[in-house]
Amino acid sequence: MAPGITFTISGKEIYIHDTVVNSWIIVILLSIFAIVVNRKVKKANIEEKPTGLLNVMEIFVEVVQSLVKSTMGPSRVGFTPFIGTIALYLICANLFGLLGFSPPTSDYNVTLALAIITTVLIHFFGIKANGIGSYLKGFFEPVPILFPINLLGEIATPISLSFRLFGNILSGVIIMSLVYSALNSISMFITPFIAPILHAYFDLFSGLIQTFIFAMLTMVNIANKMGDDVPAGGTK
Amino acid sequence: MLQGITNEAFILGCSAIGAGLALIAGIGPGIGQGYAAGKAAEAVGRQPEAKGDIIQTMLLGQAVAETTGIYGLVIGIILLFVRPLLGAL
Repeated sequence: MAPGITFTISGKEIYIHDTVVNSWIIVILLSIFAIVVNRKVKKANIEEKPTGLLNVMEIFVEVVQSLVKSTMGPSRVGFTPFIGTIALYLICANLFGLLGFSPPTSDYNVTLALAIITTVLIHFFGIKANGIGSYLKGFFEPVPILFPINLLGEIATPISLSFRLFGNILSGVIIMSLVYSALNSISMFITPFIAPILHAYFDLFSGLIQTFIFAMLTMVNIANKMGDDVPAGGTK
Repeated sequence: MLQGITNEAFILGCSAIGAGLALIAGIGPGIGQGYAAGKAAEAVGRQPEAKGDIIQTMLLGQAVAETTGIYGLVIGIILLFVRPLLGAL
């Protein structure tokens, strides 16, 4: 029914959903892009002004760096590559719907995987920054009887992170397919005039906003768990 | 009165009604996000130079306020497309 890849290995039929295929397409394209940019960076002369693609990438890195600095604190600029990777992948994934494919983020597997990565980072850096003792003590604050509620709060973070992204993108996909079938049933000739406006909202605006919010919430959650910013010699 | 309606059709119809009811959850985030946007507009009017920070904070707060609405939406989508209640027949 749904587009995707079906192949058989020793009598067993294996079905790969098209969102997984699209996700791999994005990963491969981004890898090629990264190699090309890396070559250009190595060849570039420091004395000259950056031009073309290098200029755009420098602006992107600077924007992410300043965002990380202002949200997490100046000593945690080390998170820039992670946040930048998530932002690049999510931008490509959310805007993939514009090309006529189904966006990978409309599959709950993809968003849940991203949220789990974030959650592991939150707890890893929570332990690394504060030590395991005060990390565990954080669950029993302000009074020990609140332990179950604190635990529930920790479990709710990945669920709300993943469902927010998934719900927003999937609702856009569903509404766009409803609009297309409604417009096509009226007349084939009015669809090209009305659909682009809705695409601009549901794919461009909503996709970019959700990318920003996912990156923002990741940074805020990690910084919250790590505690106050230590000016010199802090972790990462 | 219910004669001539199969069990599947009855469950599918009730699932559709349930999905519609679940989307009432959209009222709360709508009010909350509108309130946040109004306060942000006030803040920009008072302090136009802090526009970037205000918009950033507003978007973050709105995203968190949106969560309950998204939960309702997910319930609606599950009722309409996954149809878990048909398995209970």
